Amino acid sequence: MAERVLLRHLDVPDIHKLDVYLAHGGYAAARKALTTLTPEQVTEQVKASNLRGRGGAGFVAGMKWGFLPKDSPKPVYLCCNADESEPGTFKDRAIIEWNTHILLEGILITAYAIKCHTAYIYIRGEFAFGARRLHEAIAEAYKAGFLGKNIFGTGFDLDVYVHRGAGAYICGEETGLIESLEGKRAYPRIKPPFPATYGLFGCPTIVNNVETLACVPSIIANGPEWFKSIGPEGSPGPKIYCVSGHVEKPGLYELPMGMPLRTVIYDYAGGIRGGKKLKAVMPGGSSFPVLTPDEIDVHMDFDSMRKINAFLGTAGIIVMDEDTCMVRALEIIDRFYHHESCGQCSPCREGTGWLHKLLLRLEEGNGRPEDIDLMDRIAGNMMGNTVCVLADAAAMPTQSFLSKFRDEFVAHVTLGRCPLKKNGTGHRQAA
Amino acid sequence: MAVQFSQETYRQFEEVLTHYPTKRAALLPTFWLAQEEFGYLSPEVMEYIAQLLDLSPAYVAAVASFYTMFDKEPKGKFHLQVCTNLSCTLVGAQQIVECLEQKLGIKLGETTPDGKFSLSEVECLGSCGTAPVLQLNTGDYYENLTPERVTQLVEELAKQA
Repeated sequence: MAERVLLRHLDVPDIHKLDVYLAHGGYAAARKALTTLTPEQVTEQVKASNLRGRGGAGFVAGMKWGFLPKDSPKPVYLCCNADESEPGTFKDRAIIEWNTHILLEGILITAYAIKCHTAYIYIRGEFAFGARRLHEAIAEAYKAGFLGKNIFGTGFDLDVYVHRGAGAYICGEETGLIESLEGKRAYPRIKPPFPATYGLFGCPTIVNNVETLACVPSIIANGPEWFKSIGPEGSPGPKIYCVSGHVEKPGLYELPMGMPLRTVIYDYAGGIRGGKKLKAVMPGGSSFPVLTPDEIDVHMDFDSMRKINAFLGTAGIIVMDEDTCMVRALEIIDRFYHHESCGQCSPCREGTGWLHKLLLRLEEGNGRPEDIDLMDRIAGNMMGNTVCVLADAAAMPTQSFLSKFRDEFVAHVTLGRCPLKKNGTGHRQAA
Repeated sequence: MAVQFSQETYRQFEEVLTHYPTKRAALLPTFWLAQEEFGYLSPEVMEYIAQLLDLSPAYVAAVASFYTMFDKEPKGKFHLQVCTNLSCTLVGAQQIVECLEQKLGIKLGETTPDGKFSLSEVECLGSCGTAPVLQLNTGDYYENLTPERVTQLVEELAKQA
């Protein structure tokens, strides 16, 4: 396997420290960008690399940067989205904690490309260790002249600040993040206007995910063609796959984009724990449709996933074995969205609550035959009817669980209990 | 007596103000400083913060109530927060919760009568590859939990208390 970029700490211990990072070529890409390329050329290279946003949406990063107005008198802001909270996802945390400077270098190059002089790293409140690591690395970078005034003697200035969230999933939505950074409740904004034209403090703003920004130095160092040669051309680059649940070897695997899901689960994560059979996989965090065992030959990239009505999302792969109760699994998922709904839009605030209530009723053995179609209808009425996509993120898994595992939901109603005697998720109300 | 930041915390507060073009943007960092210093965000603390940032106490309380990590009432000295989202539940988070409930003699959402331990369930902590996981207060994660490991953790913490 090629040398790791994003999880480089597995090959080079202590690379989160500046001296080690420098000894392994650190900040050479930033130096190259700032001293030999114009901001426009950097943007061009990133656009040519076809780097797509790793936060889940898969938007072409260079194109997003290109949406900034050319003649705005206002300052431009860069927000690094380090609010990693998607269930099943733990990749950004690894970069922040163990490959800290690659993120700062990515922020530096990106800030230069978009002519920004103030960047904020919005990190979820729970990542206290990550925030400490960032503070240490930022202090090192200032001291070495990689942040602050007149970087590399080019006259380019950049300040980077760490801003801690406090336990709200919705702050990962880019306009929720912006509202939160402004000191408000994180109610996502109606779009347009998009942050590129009206973002933080009403100024042009780019919000990029940690993993996206961490890809930028390698693109500048090795060129866009190198980046495009890794994985499928339409959706290229190195990618961290997060594998959790019922596998022998849960963890992070940095592989080319576009790996078959089956290969990730069986060849890298060691297959299903205890020789059990696979029952279901959430391939991209909990916000997207669930996949069944006959769908796992799909390639894990943005475009291939769409072809089977699935999403790459964050590549947070949650694996469930044959003993898993799908009603209980969905109940946990919808409890999460109910808890995390910001409450701004009625379809989401009420819909997520009703879904969760109905699922609890089903679990308790009091489900009614009509509940299954009712849940499907509620989910259908949530989709596309809200300011942000949190409602869709609850509706998509709900509808897919109901259609792909309908028999199991029906059995809960007819038997008045879970048909699986013993199950991996374990009922709260043990049978 | 009115609440007030210590000199050192006030210095940090002034530093935070320089990070943003508006005072209001310093609200979350100021909450963190206040929670660190006063333990939780009491109505008095929120009024103090409102004064510092030229905001109304009602506005400050409205924002604080949005974020689960800001405590609006005192918590036990050791606040154990167990993730019970999907990945953790698949590998035994429920057993961890039950073990802690039994060991501490309290249910989720409660605090022991001596004020030493609080127990909560939280949503995904971003540690799914090393599940099940819990967070102690707003700091360290304890990963790859087993009933034995959490029993041991509680015993160690009880000695510190």
